[in-house]
Amino acid sequence: MRTERSEADRHADAIVARGLVKRFGEVVAVDHVDLTVARAQVYGFLGPNGSGKSTTIRMLCGLLLPSEGQIDVLGCKIPQQAEALKRRIGYMTQKFSLYDDLTVTENLEFVAAVHEFDRARTRRRIGELLERYWLGKLKNQLAGTLSGGQKQRLALAAAVLHEPELLLLDEPTSAVDPQSRREFWDSLFALVDAGTTILVSTHYMDEAERCHRLAILDHGRLVADGTPQALEAALPGEVLLVDCANPRDAQRVLQPLPGVAALAQIGASLRVLTEDRGGQRERIAAALREAGIDAKVEAVRPNLEDVFVSATRMSAAAAPDRAAA
Amino acid sequence: MNLRRLFSIVMKELRQLRRDRLTFAMIIGIPTMQLLLFGYAINMDVRHLPAAVLDQAHTAQSREVVAVLAQAQVMDFAYTLESPQQIDTLLRAGTISAALVIPPDFERRLYETDRPPLQIVVDGSDQIVQQAARQLSALPVQALLNPGAAAAPATNVEVVNFYNPERRAPVNTVPGLIGVILTMTMVLFTAMALVRERERGNLEFLIATPVSPAELTLGKVLPFVGIGLMQVTVVLVLGVLIFHVPIRGSLLDIYGASLAFIIASLSLGIFLSTLARTQFQAMQMAFFTFLPQILLSGFMFPFAGMPKLAQWLAEIFPMTHFMRLIRGILLRSATLAELWRELLALAVFCTIVLGIAILRTRKRLD
Repeated sequence: MRTERSEADRHADAIVARGLVKRFGEVVAVDHVDLTVARAQVYGFLGPNGSGKSTTIRMLCGLLLPSEGQIDVLGCKIPQQAEALKRRIGYMTQKFSLYDDLTVTENLEFVAAVHEFDRARTRRRIGELLERYWLGKLKNQLAGTLSGGQKQRLALAAAVLHEPELLLLDEPTSAVDPQSRREFWDSLFALVDAGTTILVSTHYMDEAERCHRLAILDHGRLVADGTPQALEAALPGEVLLVDCANPRDAQRVLQPLPGVAALAQIGASLRVLTEDRGGQRERIAAALREAGIDAKVEAVRPNLEDVFVSATRMSAAAAPDRAAA
Repeated sequence: MNLRRLFSIVMKELRQLRRDRLTFAMIIGIPTMQLLLFGYAINMDVRHLPAAVLDQAHTAQSREVVAVLAQAQVMDFAYTLESPQQIDTLLRAGTISAALVIPPDFERRLYETDRPPLQIVVDGSDQIVQQAARQLSALPVQALLNPGAAAAPATNVEVVNFYNPERRAPVNTVPGLIGVILTMTMVLFTAMALVRERERGNLEFLIATPVSPAELTLGKVLPFVGIGLMQVTVVLVLGVLIFHVPIRGSLLDIYGASLAFIIASLSLGIFLSTLARTQFQAMQMAFFTFLPQILLSGFMFPFAGMPKLAQWLAEIFPMTHFMRLIRGILLRSATLAELWRELLALAVFCTIVLGIAILRTRKRLD
């Protein structure tokens, strides 16, 4: 099958979506989202709960019918060609969706049979997967008795069993400890090295940081899109770190100050995100001095959390206009 | 439809079923429990009604007729009365349910056909008692008391033969019970099994794979065909061993009729699964279809005695047709070919219900 596809198709983007809208009655879950996902990359969806991440992923793999918009995944028009696409994608649901009352091997055997693997190929592939995802010792254990991290490895093994070109992961690490999360991401990069495209939704900043490219979703809208570095560089405001004896006093002073977008206490210091650039450090330092607080203010490199806060704040500010229009 | 995928779903279901001890126990437990329950406890078979005798004739023949009627065991003539007023007193007090009155001119009446020789006074408030008395009164008293002494023992035996099959409830109940058990388990288990996949989130994974809804549904339902036939066997074996239910028709016809009914019940289960969102809802819906079927199918009450509207409604239910099939084959040695109308009705039911279910099934989440 792989050889049949044209050269142009292979180099085309894995996912192209334009003007994607999903309404559930009155509620607009996804609001005019445009997406372009290049092949062999990890593309991240960052957003709070209810921002439309899951709904978008479900529309992309044909599980939900979009209310509006065009979707092209691996050259297939969705939803018309969704059935043909299903052989070429792997989907890992947010909630564990394999069978609790089947063993690890039985679950994988079932998935292999669903993909029409013959006996020899099934045995070979399951052997590979058990080893790669450290499931060998657990192979005769019921899936329902596995730990969160083990379940997630099994789910990933099931999703990649048929070697899909595109892997869609819906908050795969939400029920997993940090160590398992790191291992899981190592597995994802191994898949990308082998040419797989991965779309992953998350609400962890450290995970978003690891993506090749990132889209930030908020209330169903795409509020930012780019590489983590580009997004950090394009931050409209400045990020300042205020070091003082009592950060809570500084917070009280800076809270009502115009031009301050967000404040967050980080240990003994206060992280300040401003709305604009230029001379912000001096302005903040002056405000603190006026209030009689002795503080050291320095500019720091923005991180993704700053980008996220800034993007979702701006989208919230823009919301009334949209509602009016 | 891909056979390998279908087979893989059947295998998966069987593996899951093997681990689901409760369901597995229910598959054998429900038929056994219901058979014993309906066979022993719910017994419409009326025997040993407390009764009295008012013998005003005091002849050898009158005493003989009392003895003959007592042999039928429907009534226990525990009281011997002297006056008609005593009947009224005992009936009103509930001490007796019926009284046999032999008039003084009993022997003359035997040979004069214009007046009945015997009278049975019954407590008509209980329909079952009334019915029992009416059947007792149909005893061919004249023939029994025929002076030809040699004929008497033979006719006595005849009384037993004539009445006993009608009066033993399990003979009628056990074949019907096959229908009740199949309806209950087949509809309930399929509806729940299909909804379970959705409720536990397995469906979300499955619909992102090449599995088609038809493969999934058929694969989940096929094991239940085998289970249904197993239940038929359990009821038949226990029915024969414990209640001596006769199997007069061919076994092949019995299993053929059961298979048709199992498919109809599975279709109903599949249909319900398209309406229910949770297993609990599926269970409620299954019981909603179960009650009218059990009440109107002729299992509980005679079909002929129901009002027209109820009869029309009952014609829709698969269990009504199965009741006729299974009783016909088991008790009257009818063949499937003779009962083709009932099979046709089941086929129409399956086609319509499955058709609607297929129209309602989409391989999407919304």
